[in-house]
This record gives sequence, structure tokens and C-alpha cells, in this order.
Amino acid sequence: MSTMLKYQEKELKIVGTRPLRPDGVDKVTGRARFGADYNLPGQLIGKVLRSPHAHARIKAIDTSAARVLPGVKAVVTRDDFAEMPDEYAAVGEMMINFRDVTRNMMAREKALYDGHPVAAVAATSESVAREALALIKVEYEVLPHVIDVVEAMQPGAPLLHEDQYTLGVKPKPDHPSNVAKRLEFGRGDVVAGFKEADLIVEREFNTKPVHQGYIEPQACLASYSEDGQAELWTSTQGHFVFRAQCAKVLQMDVSKIRVTPTEIGGGFGGKNNIYNEALAIALSRKSHRPVKMVMTREEVFRATGPTSGANVKVRIGCTRDGKITAAEAELNFQAGAFPGSPVAQASMCAFTRYDLANVRVVGNDVTVNRPKVAAYRAPGAPIAVFGVESVIDEMAKKLGIDPIEFRLKNAAREGTQTYYGPKLGPIGYVQTLEQARAHPHYSAPLGPNQGRGIATGFWFNIGNETTCSLNLQEDGSLTLVLGTVDVAGGSRAAMAMMVAEELGIDYESVSAIVGDTSTLGFNFLTAGSRSTFASGMACVIASRQVIEKLRQRAAKIREVPLEAVAWKDGHARPAGGDVAQFAPMSLAEIAKMAGKTGGAIAGHAEINAQGAGPGFGVHIVDVEVDRQTGSISILRYTVVQDVGKAIHPAYVEGQLQGGAVQGIGWALNEEYVYGDDGVLQNPGFLDYRVPVASDVPFIDTVIVEVPNPNHPYGVRGCGEVPIIAPMAAIANAVENAIGLRLCEQPLSPPRVLKAIDDAAAAKG
Amino acid sequence: MALNHVSATVNGDRVEFLCETGHTLLEALRDELRLTGTKEGCGTGDCGACSVIVDGRLLCSCLMLAVEAEGKSIQTIEGMATGESLHPLQRKFIEHAALQCGICTPGILIAARSLLERNQNPTESEVRYWLAGNLCRCTGYHKIVEAVLDAAREMRGG
Amino acid sequence: MRYEAPKTLEEAIALLSGANGQARVLAGGTDLLIQMRSGRADPGLLVDIKAIPEMKSIVADAGSYRIGAAVTCMELIENEAFAQGWPGIVDGVSLIGSIQVKGRATIGGNLCNASPAADSVPALIAAGAVVCIVGPQGRREALVEEFVSGPGKTSLANGELVASFLLPRRAPHSGDAYLRFTPRTEMDIAVVGAAVNLTLDDKGICSRARVSLGAVAARALLVPEAAAALIGTRVDEAALERLAAAASAACRPIDDKRGTKDFRIKVAGVMARRAAGIATERARRRN
Repeated sequence: MSTMLKYQEKELKIVGTRPLRPDGVDKVTGRARFGADYNLPGQLIGKVLRSPHAHARIKAIDTSAARVLPGVKAVVTRDDFAEMPDEYAAVGEMMINFRDVTRNMMAREKALYDGHPVAAVAATSESVAREALALIKVEYEVLPHVIDVVEAMQPGAPLLHEDQYTLGVKPKPDHPSNVAKRLEFGRGDVVAGFKEADLIVEREFNTKPVHQGYIEPQACLASYSEDGQAELWTSTQGHFVFRAQCAKVLQMDVSKIRVTPTEIGGGFGGKNNIYNEALAIALSRKSHRPVKMVMTREEVFRATGPTSGANVKVRIGCTRDGKITAAEAELNFQAGAFPGSPVAQASMCAFTRYDLANVRVVGNDVTVNRPKVAAYRAPGAPIAVFGVESVIDEMAKKLGIDPIEFRLKNAAREGTQTYYGPKLGPIGYVQTLEQARAHPHYSAPLGPNQGRGIATGFWFNIGNETTCSLNLQEDGSLTLVLGTVDVAGGSRAAMAMMVAEELGIDYESVSAIVGDTSTLGFNFLTAGSRSTFASGMACVIASRQVIEKLRQRAAKIREVPLEAVAWKDGHARPAGGDVAQFAPMSLAEIAKMAGKTGGAIAGHAEINAQGAGPGFGVHIVDVEVDRQTGSISILRYTVVQDVGKAIHPAYVEGQLQGGAVQGIGWALNEEYVYGDDGVLQNPGFLDYRVPVASDVPFIDTVIVEVPNPNHPYGVRGCGEVPIIAPMAAIANAVENAIGLRLCEQPLSPPRVLKAIDDAAAAKG
Repeated sequence: MALNHVSATVNGDRVEFLCETGHTLLEALRDELRLTGTKEGCGTGDCGACSVIVDGRLLCSCLMLAVEAEGKSIQTIEGMATGESLHPLQRKFIEHAALQCGICTPGILIAARSLLERNQNPTESEVRYWLAGNLCRCTGYHKIVEAVLDAAREMRGG
Repeated sequence: MRYEAPKTLEEAIALLSGANGQARVLAGGTDLLIQMRSGRADPGLLVDIKAIPEMKSIVADAGSYRIGAAVTCMELIENEAFAQGWPGIVDGVSLIGSIQVKGRATIGGNLCNASPAADSVPALIAAGAVVCIVGPQGRREALVEEFVSGPGKTSLANGELVASFLLPRRAPHSGDAYLRFTPRTEMDIAVVGAAVNLTLDDKGICSRARVSLGAVAARALLVPEAAAALIGTRVDEAALERLAAAASAACRPIDDKRGTKDFRIKVAGVMARRAAGIATERARRRN
């Protein structure tokens, strides 16, 4: 069967409604089991010893005292893990190199960040494990470190990897560099384009690293058997990818590791990579007992991947009527200890909302002494868009053109050629802009020190390898086994809804679960806003297979030709016209006779979903600035986004609201604070400030539906677009309120107050 | 090391457990009593995922020692439903899609119930400020606040 | 590590004195447990004082109050009579963390933890509160502003603990207020805190005032120059300007992950001003 099912407009009974989700009761009663809620008899507690230095050569590790402490059953260091070759694999929308995966999991030659794992132990209790860590002696040769991305790019900066020469530069440089890779995207002729411009605006922006902030720390439980098989329960966005990574670094066959994804307490891209999993399996292998490893919140901040801090330069030129003639950007992104920041994705998202003939984007991926960067919801895009949408806003203001009007003049539409390759198919950018403009929020009155800003976002969304299996039970109910982890809790419902819609039965008859790695073929991570699109596609394919078999069985039972049988409203019915008539059969009746008519009925799909539809969104925000303290309050917030089709509108609204509030936190208060020693100073929720309930208002949402022609229900991914626009929207609103353009994230009160005071001093 | 013996009441049931002096109530609930509905999000009282009620008082179980539970009456998420009936807050959370990943949900339900027991008709602002000690990263709080206000309405008989 | 829960002050004193500096008082535990978790505190003995009646009571006596050091923030906030008399102290206490933290944190603990940013302290200083200390040598009293000497340091000798706080009777037309600056609306440590306590005479002129600032020096400050700016005035715009300037001038802040020196100096003036405005409103409304 084709992996591309085209969109078909039809009357819908279940898709688009709001039934209750299947896992809801377990989650509101505390019954649902997350990573740290799993236990096995005889389990040991595993803990990690971490480097206190931002950059140091590891001369020696002495674990002798730890190994003999009563209660300690296993200790591992770099000596227990094999050297890995240079080999790339996809993880979400980003790539990893296994040579770096093993080093990030356990340092080899050097400790490259405060928090870098250096050794791990498994012991009979948490207190014994902590005591054991204190007994491990590590000899470090402390080296100078570098964290700021601009500093790291300078010649003479402390070097993380002596053998790293910038890729993408010809001829190959003769000095190693912290710039791991330089890339460039573009089309047309920006020099000529700028010559045609009546107005050119150029600005530089700086952002700090921020963390995904999932409330559940990483947790896993591993049990290794003497026959070489391992079981792993872990909180992950992708159990098949975790299996692959563990198998590789542990040099085990993929089929020998069975990974069960637990309920996950938030990921947002941060749980796309292994941290403790392979360590837990290795400790279990050595100790011959199950090993449970749960990170503390401090470890999550010190050692798991946040997103990049960055330096962004944007230059845009346009005519006096507001038509953009040229656009340029330089994006310098922190990759952390190993290469692989989302600078490529950021480069591709920077300008794609606009139909531009002349574009040039240069990106630099820069290693610095911080944890290896991981994906964070639309990786890289919020940072690039902070810059671009701020400059667009400035240009619109200088020309006296309404900000939405300016964007409409230049908007990408169906058929627009992007500057990184493909042409855009049917998209809803113009519709979202028009609906935003028509929304009452856009024209509501503002008071003193209040301002309004808008900004827009785009994300490609992805498809990728997806599998599922749909089994018809003997009583007519169905079990749907999914391979995509249900990270936000709405997936199981949405998939069950699509199956019920296809089969014409009640939603409650379909029971959706996420299967472990032994139940299905390879499934990519839940990332890239792909779940409803790709897993939905797979479920529809599997449903249609089941329908085919139901028709065949009905034809057999009723003794009519197959062409005479149609499937409608959950029944096999005469196809109409000249064909043979027969008494209809319900799904349950056919199911009851499945054994006698050939065996159990099932459908399945193994696809690499193509044709994901890009998503666009427009955010409107009102702020009030306290001029005496620099404090910014969010008064009102509206999100307008094209999602293609909202299978379950309540969960789509939830994605829009959740992403917007993460973006608000990113804009106002979140940042990693490092001391001069390169040690993280705020590894906790007290001083790493995510929004609390009293910080934000209700977030109004407008769902726009421009169907994606490549999905049977028109679905586009929706989860990532909502985090892209808030930073720029808020910066634009602040400019509207107090006439000052802020280019440093976070827009924290000391920065805002300084800008206000500097401006007043300049005047006076 | 000598362990401490603690007797307490949890969700109406008499319980006994052993613990180290340094163990928190959260650790005792999860590891000794296997009541894993209460979660650890931070261990420092900044996220509220470990919220429980002790002798009628809403608090973070990560900031109370297990030994202090001696003789006390503790309520956790596992005791919020009565038999087969979910508490109105639990029902409203599901109806309003006020949870996504669900990790913060037990803590928020316990905190919200504590609010509604003191204030049957809270304003939106009062709900937000009362729940400021419970972090949620998925929902943006919107549907949570709606669900709490709707549950309050139902509980008032409206 | 041992845990004891004495039922009397004498027992508590004996346990503390006998522990050779290895004991810590356990009240709400909202600071101590975090310090133990991070390794900053490693006591051999925990003395839980929550079973001692004198530490848990709120006693009103002809307008003055004696508040046990182990009274929790929530208990104080829920005491309507106290909240009426000292809304500024309740302002500060209400800001010590979330509802969950306030359900355990105590004013004794907030003071003895001696963070320069402690939210209850500036209003207690502005109120002229007195700490009642008990120990092996008997009882003694100290003004709150003299009790803390620096971050994490108090004047408690070995074996001593804070038993209660004394608040004097309120004169008519008195009001107090505490405001702080934080980046979020809740859940943050104060970047700057300002408390103002004042009394107006029958003509509406400020006859007495005390101003205290938190988070702008090694300990909370009593700022007589700021109070002087208000005394003898109607707390008009000019007086408030002078108050703000005096408050800013008194700051000796640091740069840290929560705020810069310059920011704290500026905002101290703003917060002091706004707190004075609220205190004056409250004083005008009170007989």
C-alpha cells in the first residue's frame, strides 16, 4: 500500500470532536507509571560521578576504594566502554555522531563541561551509592574553558577538540577550531538586492541557553540477563532510537535489548538522547542485578542537553512600499561539548515565511564547554526568528506600514520557492495572518506603558519511519499498538479517533497502547511534530487493511462476490446498484467468526511517511512595562496557527498554549548562568525561572485548517510552531510600549531598566 | 546504621515503615510504601510535584522528613477518588484536557483540592496564585485554571 | 544522624548544648532540608522543636503579640486579628515561597537562616520586633535588626534558640507594608525588599517611621535616614522622593545571579517608595 494517502474531504463523525483520552484516569489518580515509578526486586541504585570542572584532561581514575565499599556491586568508567567510530545517525530533526554519543555518556580523554559523567556506581541504596562516588579519586588537569559563542569562535580561544577542523570551509583550514561546521543557504543575489532597497535595517541579537524544563527528571531501570539479553524501562521520546544508541555503544545486537517506554513526564526534544540508559545496562551486566538510575534536578540542568545560546546578525532590505529585496543572516550557535547544534534548522527557518528572491544565511556550529545541546521544540528556530521578526517589525514601523500588512506583502504562499530547496505546497500562512488581523485582540485599546507586538513562525514538520499494528479482538473491539511514544497524552486518543472514523465504529471500541520495541518494527522518535501526521497515516493504512479483510470475510460468509461488499458505518453492506444483496454484518459479528473464516483479523503498517505539511503561526501579545523596575507583564496573548486538521481540538489547543508559555519563559526569564569558573550557578527551578501560573494570562487560540494534501485527514504537525514566535512578539510589544528595541534575551528587568535609563540619559 | 520506625495514617489506612533519619516523606511514600503517585520533580520545594496534605496542611513532601510523619494523617493522590467515583477536580481535569504528560497532575490536584476546601469561589487570580507553587511545562496552565474554576462551580452546586 | 522531638524548651536547650555544635534546630525544614541535600549542612543531631507549646502559639495581650518561633507562615497569615494589626509583616510572610512552603516554613526559621533576602525580616525590623532567645544561660532579648550579623550568621550562642517574637502595641493611625522585587510574580528570592512602618498623628502628619531594606546588604538594614525623610511630613511626593534617595543611598548590594548592584540600588528606592505609599494608606484607614 502507498505510504502517501492523499487528503479526502468528507463528513466526519469522530475526528474533530473532543472525546476523553484513554490514559486520563490513570494520570489523575496517580496510577500511571513514569520512569521513576518502576521497580524490580533486588534492584540496585545507580549514581553518576560528574566532573566539577568545565574543561579538564582526565589523567587517572582510581575506583579501588569505591569498589570495596560494602553495598557497592559494580563500578564503571571509560574503560568499560568501547571506542566508537565517526558514524552519524538521525535523532529527531538533528544528527548525532556515535563517537560523541559515547563520550557524552561517559568522558574519555577530557571532561568537557561541569557535570560531564566520569564514572558510575551501582549499590544497594542511594546513600551507599553517594558514599561510593565520594571515594572515587579522579586526577584532573584543569584547562582554560570557553562558554560564550562569540569568544569561542575567536582564534586563540581554548580549544575543546584538537582534531576539529571546520567542515564546510574550502580549502580546509590549517588550524583546528571550535567552529565545527560552517554552512550556507541562499538563492539569488543579495548584493544586488540590497542595492535596490530604499531601507536597510541591520541588528545583532544574543540569546542565552535555555532548558526544555520537563518536570520529570530522566529515569531508567535496566535488567541484564546472563544470556546477553537486556530489558530497559525508560522515560524517552523514542524507545527504538534509544535501543539503537544503547546497542551501538554497548556493542550488543539490537534484538537483544527490549525497551519499554514508560509514561514520559515531558520531553520537548530533551529526551531524544540517551544519558544514563547504557550506563544502567552496563552496571546491570556487571552486578548481575537490575539497576535503577534517576537523575536529580541538579543533574538534569548540569548534564542534559539544553538548547543553544547564540549570536545572530540579521540584515534586511526593502522598498519604501515594504517589499523585501534582500535578506541576510549569520547564525552562530553553541553546540555544547560536541558538534551538532540546530544551526541548520535555524538557518532554514529564519526567512521561510517570506517569498524572497535574494537570501543568504550563514550558520556556524560552535563547540563550547557546556553540555551537548539537545533538541528543544522547533530546534533553533525561535532563536533565528527572534532576530528576523524583530527586524521585520522595525522595518514596518519605520515605513509606517501595519506589521501584519507588511508580512502579507511578502508572505510565502503555495508555490513559493524556499532558499534551502523545496517549493512550498498548500500552506496557511496568509490565512493565519488574515485571521490574526481580524481578531478582536488586534484592535483592542491599549493603556499607558502598554504595547502590542506580533510575530510569526514556521516549522517544516517531519514524517519518518513509523509502524503500527491494529488487531481485531474476538468481541469486535480493537487494540491499536503504536510505535510512537505518546509524549503529551493526546496521541493515543487521536490515533484511536482516526481508526474509529475509518472503521465507522465507536471511539470507545478502540484501545490504543504504545508497544515496546519487541512488538513492532523500527519507529522514529516522537519529535518534529510528526506523531499525529505519521502515526496517524500508519493507523489509517492499517485500518484500511482491516477493512479489506473484513470485506473478504463478509463476502465469504455471505457467499457473494467481493465487489458486492462495501464497508459503511461499521458494517459490511451491499455495495448498491446491480450487485448481489445480502444481510449486512457488523464488525462484531464478523470478528466472532474470524477463527472459522481463516484466523484473527489484523492490519499493520511499516512506512516512511512522506509529505509532512509545514505549519505557520501568528502570535499577538500585549505587555505592560513598569518603567521604574523594568518588569514586563503579559496582559493578553493570542495564538493563531494552521494545523491542517485538528483531530482532537482540545489537545491541539493544549499544544498551542503550552508552546506559547514556554516561549514566554524563554523571552522573559530563562537562562543558564555560569560563573567565571565555568560552573553552572542555577541548576534548579528556584533560579532557573520557568513561568508559574500567576505569570501568564489565558492564552486564546484560533485553529486554522488548511488541509495538508498528503494526509488522509489533512493533518499538519502542530507541536513545534507555537514556541517560535513568542520571543520576537514580546520584544516587538515592548518596543511598541516604550519605544526601545531590545536585542538581548532574556528581556530581564535589569536589561529593560538599563535600556530605559540609558535612553532617558541620552535625551536629557 | 539504625533505621527509624514510623507509624502514620495514609489515605485513611494505618501504615508502618522503616526509614533513615535523612529520608524525606516523599522517599518514604514512594520507596517504602510504594505509593508512586506523588512525584519528585526537583527535591527542593520549587516545583510542587510532591505535594501532599499532612494533618490538613498542603506541603511539599520533599521538604519534610519521614520521621516527622509519626502519628500524622497524610493524604496523597491515591486517596483522592472515593471508591469508583473520581473527585470533581479529577473529572474536570480529564474533561477539560487540563493535563498533557501528566507528571505535574497529582501535585496540582492535591493543591487545587486544598484551595477549594478553603475557598469555594476563587477568582482566576486566586487560583493562579494558589497554584504558583506547582510548575507545569506542558499546558501553559490555561486548561488547568479552567478545570479548577469549573470544578469549583460544580462543587458549589452551580 | 539522630532525630529528637523534645516537648519542652529545657529539653531542647539541653540537647543543643550537649551536641558540641553538631546539632541543628529543625522547624519547618524548608531551608535545612535543602542544605542537607546539597551537602552544605551535615548535622549529627536534629532537634525538632515543633512539639514545644511555647514555640507554636500566637498570644495577643492588650494589643501586643507574642508569636512562637515555630509558628508557620500559613498559621500567621490565617490569624485574622494579627493580619489586621500587622499587614506589612503578613505581606512579607506571604511571600516566603509557595503555599506548600508556607505551610511549613516558620518565622523563626526565616530569621535564623539569616539569608540577606529573607522576606519576613524587613517588616519585623520596621515593626520594632524583639526576638526572645532562650539558652543554657537563661533568657535574653534582642532587636531583630541586631540579631543577624551576616549571611547565615546570627548572635545565637551554642545551645541557644529563638523561642518567640514580641510585637508592641500599635498606636492609632499606624500602618506597615512590605514590597519586594522579583523577576516572576511568585516563587523567587527577593532581589530587593523594602518595609515601611509608620504612624500618623491626628492631623495626618507622620510622627514615627521605621524603614528597613532586605537583599541589598549582608543583612537586612534599618535605614534611619529613610525614616527621617518621612517624619514630620504628610508623606507627600517630595518626602517620598527623599525617602527613595535615602533608601538607594543606604544599599551595599552585590552582583549575583539574581540581580546586579545598580539594579538593586535603583529598585530599592522604587520599592521603598511604593511600600511607604501603601503603609500610609493603611495608616489613614486605621483608628
